[in-house]
Amino acid sequence: MTEQSAPAAAVPSRFPAALKSAALSALVAFGLFSLIVGARTDQGPTGALIVFPRLDDLAWLAGVVFAGSFLRTLLFGDAPLQVSRHFPSGVKRIGARLSRFAAPALLGFALIAPLLFYSNRYYLDLSILVLTYVMLGWGLNIVVGLAGLLDLGYVAFYAVGAYSYALLAQNFGLSFWIGLPLAGILAAFWGVLLGFPVLRLRGDYLAIVTLAFGEIIRLVLINWQSFTGGPNGIASIPRPSFFGLPFTDDEGGFAHTFGLEFSPIHRIVFLFYVILALALLTNWVTIRLRRLPIGRAWEALREDEIACRSLGINTTNTKLTAFAIGAMFGGFAGAFFATRQGFISPESFVFMESALILAIVVLGGMGSQLGVAVAALVMIGAFELLREFAQYRMLVFGFAMVLIMVWRPRGLIGTRVPSIFLRKEKELPSSMVAEGRR
Amino acid sequence: MTGPLLKIEKLEASYGHVAALKGVDIEVNAGEIVTLIGANGAGKSTLMMSIFGYPRAQAGRILYDGHDITRVPAHEIAKLRIAQVPEGRRIFSRMTVLENLQMGATVGEPTHFPKDIARVFKLFPRLQERINQRGGTLSGGEQQMLAIGRALMARPRLLLLDEPSLGLAPLLVKQIFRAIRELNERDKLTVFLVEQNAFHALKLAHRGYVMVNGAITLSGPARELLERDEVKSAYLEGGRPAA
Repeated sequence: MTEQSAPAAAVPSRFPAALKSAALSALVAFGLFSLIVGARTDQGPTGALIVFPRLDDLAWLAGVVFAGSFLRTLLFGDAPLQVSRHFPSGVKRIGARLSRFAAPALLGFALIAPLLFYSNRYYLDLSILVLTYVMLGWGLNIVVGLAGLLDLGYVAFYAVGAYSYALLAQNFGLSFWIGLPLAGILAAFWGVLLGFPVLRLRGDYLAIVTLAFGEIIRLVLINWQSFTGGPNGIASIPRPSFFGLPFTDDEGGFAHTFGLEFSPIHRIVFLFYVILALALLTNWVTIRLRRLPIGRAWEALREDEIACRSLGINTTNTKLTAFAIGAMFGGFAGAFFATRQGFISPESFVFMESALILAIVVLGGMGSQLGVAVAALVMIGAFELLREFAQYRMLVFGFAMVLIMVWRPRGLIGTRVPSIFLRKEKELPSSMVAEGRR
Repeated sequence: MTGPLLKIEKLEASYGHVAALKGVDIEVNAGEIVTLIGANGAGKSTLMMSIFGYPRAQAGRILYDGHDITRVPAHEIAKLRIAQVPEGRRIFSRMTVLENLQMGATVGEPTHFPKDIARVFKLFPRLQERINQRGGTLSGGEQQMLAIGRALMARPRLLLLDEPSLGLAPLLVKQIFRAIRELNERDKLTVFLVEQNAFHALKLAHRGYVMVNGAITLSGPARELLERDEVKSAYLEGGRPAA
């Protein structure tokens, strides 16, 4: 009897607490939104700005927050929400089984995507964009996810790759297939260059210096007019050719050689497979490296630098190779970006890009290849789909990030897969190692 | 035997302007267990870390097997078959037990791996039971076993242990210390042990040093140190174990 009545008694006792937390949340929401929503500026008749109060909208928002917070505390109490607990175990098991097929399914989908979207240029372009970010995410994953070096200036290497290819193509007439490896090598070189001064830095300090590095590269690109074209950027960058066959509507073009009817889609499909191949190369190299001493050293470095040193790992070389290899893939992606767009300018390499790539890595689950791919798909895809709600895009984006970090602090796929096993796989759920909450 | 395996001469080190070590002399002979005891902040861990170059010694010398290693970079020191179990264990918490042990074999011969891991598992059977478990999910005692096991994977001649008893239950402390003794007696491993748990450390060691404020104040055979009044009053709380 007493056991049955206990939950019923618990609910009313939560009532005052719920009321209190709801009032507090509403107050915070009121304060936050008072200027963002509560006041609207408009041009008055004389051309001066006039402030219109929008108190009703503000009251609505505060009311929604109040109701939401009230219900949450009433129903679940003060404890942090654990969504997974509310799923029946059957759902969890199906989820676990599905996740095993997620990687092959995604890969299969990527391989046939151009056929599915053949007549839809918008989706093709969007898939290329998503794959570019998948590749950038995987590249940054080496630095941030595996080696644990927080890099806020990754876009610098993307820029170095793009400008390297663009300038090599313009000044020396190099084709994409020669420019691509050179762009990667140059980006890797800049990665080492950034690596040297930050060898002794960790965490916040490292993040600040890498952030500055990203900005320096961008400012140099803007101001070195004679070399980079400054804010005007570089136009008419050569398009890639199909092993020497250009995608043009004339003799010796791709379509003509293979007896196809000319279509501009051919080039887009080709670009799609190029970036898919580049992304898969990044993934393959990362997976291979993880099983080699250098990859294991990266992961050990992320865990504990002092322990690494006492075990005989050369932390200097380990960090520099992480920066170099991560930067190299950023450079590849940059060269691809340049050849796809045909035009580049410093505007494409702003801090927002670095933040976006880092968000993909963190949300995906640091070090998880599949997680990064899924996060890139969700973030870039959702970003595009929300284009119509341009005003609220960042709001939704921020909200989604907060939710993921509350519910899955270690990212979408937070479990680290060990690189070696003896005998049968047997491990504890990652939730027992509360890394993200430390 | 030609001279001590590890010889520290007039070592000085500091953090900024704060001197942590003020001319320390220590000798560790091959096959010995030598312990360094002292209170919190006496400079014990600093001495241990400075053998690996962090912080760098500002004066004095560190000789290993007759060679000066004062200026050798940390990762090169590990190749000389000096292994360190740093303070606070510092295992790789997201990596499995097996991966941790594999990291320990970084400077070792790859062909020795199966034999070395068997040796570690024989010493600490608990690690074998937890082989695919993540380091962070182990108990404190198991983590200490893993830290020692990881250091042994490099087949060291000299093992540096920094407070292996820290935060462990008395029973586990005994178990860990028994393992250290076994390594010393059976494998002839030379051990340099830094401890706050003076009673257990001195019972285990052949010789001991007492450090106060960055300088050695007492040294001698461990049994004798255990009987000294200054040691008793300062570290053993009137003769009873300070654990």
